[in-house]
Amino acid sequence: MGEDLLLAMAGVDKRFAGIPALIGASFEVRRGEVHALIGQNGAGKSTLIKVLTGYHKKDAGSVSFDGKPFEVTSPQQAQASGISTIYQEINLVPYRSITENICLGREKRRFGLLDWGAMHAEAERLLARFNIKADVRRPVMEFSTATQQMVAIARAIGFDAKLVIMDEPTSSLDEREVGVLFDVIRQLKAEGVSVVFVSHKLDELYAVCDRVTIMRDGRTVRVAEISGIGKLDLVSSMLGREIARVEGHATAFTDRDPAKLGETLFAAEHLSAGSAVRDVSFSIRRGEIAGFAGLLGAGRTETARLAFAADKRSGGTMTLGGAPYDPASPIDAIAAGLGFCTEDRKAEGIVPDMSVAENMMLALMPKLAKSGIIDEARQRVVVEKFIKALSIKCSGPNQKIRELSGGNQQKVLLGRWLATEPRLLILDEPTRGIDVGAKGEIQALIKSLADDGLAVLMISSELEEVIEGADRVFVLREGLTVSEMTRAEASEDAIMAAMAEGSPEAAR
Amino acid sequence: MTDATRATVIERRPINPFDLLARYGTVIALVLLIVFNLIFTTNFATLQTLNVNLTQVCTIVIVAVGMTLVIATGGIDLSVGSLMSISGALAPMVFMSKLFPIGNIYLAVALAIIIAVGVATLLGLFNGWLIARFRIQPIIATLVLFIAGRGIAQVMTNGQLQTFKVPEFQFIGLGRVLGIPFQVIVMLVLVIIAAWVIRKTVFGRQILAIGGNEKASGLSGIAVKKVKLVVYAVSGFCAGIAGLVVIAINSASDANLVGLGMELDAIAAVAVGGTLLSGGRASIIGTLLGALTIQLVRYTLLANGVPDSVAQVAQAVIIIAAVWVQQQGRSA
Amino acid sequence: MTRIHLARMVGSYGVLIALALLILFGYLRYENFLGLFNIMSVLRYNSMFALVALGMCFVIMTGGIDLSVGTVAALGSVAAAYASPYGPVAGVVAGVAVGLVVGLINAVMITRMHIMPFIATLASMLAASGTALLLANNRSVPVSYQSGFTELGQGNFIGLPIPAIIATIAFILGWLVLNYTATGRGVLAVGGSEESAKLMGLPADRIKTLAYVASGGLAGLAGVVLAAQFGAGQPIEGVGWELFAIASVVVGGTLLTGGVGSVGATLAGVLLLGILFTVLNFENGLGWISLSAYWQSVIRGAFLLVVVILQARLVAGETTRT
Repeated sequence: MGEDLLLAMAGVDKRFAGIPALIGASFEVRRGEVHALIGQNGAGKSTLIKVLTGYHKKDAGSVSFDGKPFEVTSPQQAQASGISTIYQEINLVPYRSITENICLGREKRRFGLLDWGAMHAEAERLLARFNIKADVRRPVMEFSTATQQMVAIARAIGFDAKLVIMDEPTSSLDEREVGVLFDVIRQLKAEGVSVVFVSHKLDELYAVCDRVTIMRDGRTVRVAEISGIGKLDLVSSMLGREIARVEGHATAFTDRDPAKLGETLFAAEHLSAGSAVRDVSFSIRRGEIAGFAGLLGAGRTETARLAFAADKRSGGTMTLGGAPYDPASPIDAIAAGLGFCTEDRKAEGIVPDMSVAENMMLALMPKLAKSGIIDEARQRVVVEKFIKALSIKCSGPNQKIRELSGGNQQKVLLGRWLATEPRLLILDEPTRGIDVGAKGEIQALIKSLADDGLAVLMISSELEEVIEGADRVFVLREGLTVSEMTRAEASEDAIMAAMAEGSPEAAR
Repeated sequence: MTDATRATVIERRPINPFDLLARYGTVIALVLLIVFNLIFTTNFATLQTLNVNLTQVCTIVIVAVGMTLVIATGGIDLSVGSLMSISGALAPMVFMSKLFPIGNIYLAVALAIIIAVGVATLLGLFNGWLIARFRIQPIIATLVLFIAGRGIAQVMTNGQLQTFKVPEFQFIGLGRVLGIPFQVIVMLVLVIIAAWVIRKTVFGRQILAIGGNEKASGLSGIAVKKVKLVVYAVSGFCAGIAGLVVIAINSASDANLVGLGMELDAIAAVAVGGTLLSGGRASIIGTLLGALTIQLVRYTLLANGVPDSVAQVAQAVIIIAAVWVQQQGRSA
Repeated sequence: MTRIHLARMVGSYGVLIALALLILFGYLRYENFLGLFNIMSVLRYNSMFALVALGMCFVIMTGGIDLSVGTVAALGSVAAAYASPYGPVAGVVAGVAVGLVVGLINAVMITRMHIMPFIATLASMLAASGTALLLANNRSVPVSYQSGFTELGQGNFIGLPIPAIIATIAFILGWLVLNYTATGRGVLAVGGSEESAKLMGLPADRIKTLAYVASGGLAGLAGVVLAAQFGAGQPIEGVGWELFAIASVVVGGTLLTGGVGSVGATLAGVLLLGILFTVLNFENGLGWISLSAYWQSVIRGAFLLVVVILQARLVAGETTRT
């Protein structure tokens, strides 16, 4: 097997601020194969790719490429050595022509000046290999995402890439465009170029890949021929679950009495927006924890954002407390009694330079103020109540939130919404990136909130959390609700099956 | 981003010299300047010196108060100097009854102030509208009035100097209350109000939140566009007042000169005063100290026989140094 | 797609159409508008602005801005005036050299110290002005009339004003660099998306440095022409030149956020705004109404406003497209 290896990474370690992101990870790609690299968020695949392309420096391990030890310190160097990466957000210069985007960095010259004729011809020649005809003089931003992706690939080929890494290349393509991309990938393969294909859409892996490497928690857990591994098997390897697993509690969620649930509080029918959310319906009852399960890119976060009016929906209706609910902005959503703890704490949650108190009061502040003036006394009472109730570890309400640990930051954000006394609380990955102890506390808290009658929509990529925590589970797959299960029905097998291959017909 | 990088760990960060410098540099510089002057500058410790420096720093501080709020939201306002010249051109036209006859001089002066400041406020609102409605970068949006604003003032006055002798109006620049120059009082009132707004009001908190994390603010129910509109209007308002102070001191309004270069002075005062240019923090008192520092540097140089031209270069160096130190302190 | 195309058309041809209409209007309305004397004086007077605008064009295409060009020109004029006794070459070298130095300082502040371009160049605007006043002792510095230096501003060559020839050569070189060298395309790539350009392996910092240095050098050259034309180094000239330059660049369809730009359209922008001033003069000459020269900057601002809103809509249209 060793003789046709193009890339071999072994024993790669990488730590960030002491926390391991890669632990002895390995990754091998043969010449002329299409190799899938999959794993949950945080499994380490992007870190692995960034180590390979010189974006991160590895702490330990060996890399050999094309038969030689491989050591690069920048993406440019990696590119020069024959490794090209096509990123999810396509890295082209939108205003510039196709030709420029393909030829920048290796221009053709005549008499010391750029030879546009030759460059246009080169660009056309490269694109023609993928059966694409386009006016290469026009700016790339005038073309479809698929064509732009082809331009990025053509650029990579133009640099004589031996290995092309595609990071979720299909996330913004429609079906026909995906077809074109697959043809291109097969063409590359025929020419002896290796492709690393990162995607969360399992069907695509089976359509185009030869082998698959599965990562979990910074380790390489499985390498297999794609034809020899079933979808369910793939998903369970990704999630680290045996298909038939012994029961037992892995989370702080404890069983709840289904009889205690109230009437339906929130219902959404046929929500849609762009390609991420195509047709999602779900409902939540008072005192219920509803869970959203699904692979990355299934449209869970996007659906939550529609409910909170953080994004505009293009279709569908919602009701809240029996009345039509049609918010124009988060301001309306908050006024109607919604709260939304976002997935990305840093980018969308905390205001790092502000104190714990200020962060916690951000949503409630207008209500606590008297004619625009902050009522410090009342505010302090509320803040101290939540610091105590949520047992937030901080030196005091005035400590800057950025100095807190992830778990305590998350509690402050929970406090931000609980302080507004919401009717429905949306929690997107509430325990991600939080240490085990704090995780349990937050899970117990969610349960007790629901016991008190709060409706909770919980998005989680951790199966135990959904299975043990949710009273009802909605499984999303590629922007569609593919399954709705009660607590009794929601087993790991059933959820994974729906995540992997569920179809909307099965939902009802 | 991976989980590993996302999980921030609490570490007691070692004390960064830039952080200290960024935090206390202005106060240290101010103290050093005062000490230096007490020793070397003759007649420094007099009431007159204080008055001279306070009077000169007033307009910068007034404009810089508005600028601090704008910068706290993560924006910038290049148009302040031009708005000053518009306000400065408009007021004399009103109180000298060039636009329409007004019998009572007190009424005329009151109207002049209201109209001049009102127009400047509206133009600030216009800046905010461009930024909030069209999502134009603040630098570019305020560039429009930076370019056109002075021209508007020049067109209104035909580029001519308007001189006047209207004590009722000039009180703004020359009058005293209990021995304190009136414009110093105006300045202090604005500083106190702004500092209070930042610390005590919902609006102030929202300004800081937007500058600190605009996405999180929007998701927490803050009306981001509205706050931005108001902030730029306030900046226009402050510039309008500053324009009046300048012409009142000079007893004349020259549209070519009023507020010239003010955008830099104001931004410099904010930066030297310790407010991050990237937004999220605002120290009005710092801005006041920053403006005083810049003024005192100028005064020190001039009082010790250094030519004005060299003082300009020194000022440029200080501004860059202050901005750089701020950035170093933050990135650590 | 059509909207973007339309906007680009308006960007590149709009300024040419406006220019043609303005000239036609002037020709029909005023006597001698297209007279040799008028044409020559328009070309002579606007050459300095054209040089400054050319440098600004490159800086803006990288996504930056250079507010120091006006006072750098003033500084250049003072330096050139002092060097003028040693001949025109010495004058040019002196003027351009100080411009290059300021440009390099700007570049260091922006690429090494990571200070925002408008703050860095606002500060160097102040510093250049101070230096000019210091060198000139707060007065204008007379140039030597014996050395032939003044020819650079006042002379003619094959019947054309020498400053206009200098500007033309500069624009031809600028056009060549932008369209036919890797550096020129790099300028547009860095301005269009610095992140992408870096991932493509382009030396972004070096490209930006070149743009600011070129802008400084051209501003210095404009100062040389200024000194030669008015027979003195002018430490307090150049106020507002940066605004004229920005307006002509933007009216020429160059995107203020960077990434799209044209040297030719910038020249058209300079001529459009320059001829507008002449039209104002002619109109006042007719004596019916009196529009002061101050309308210039108002009109510039209005142009800028329209273009900026159009561009913002263009960019918004692009980002919402899926």
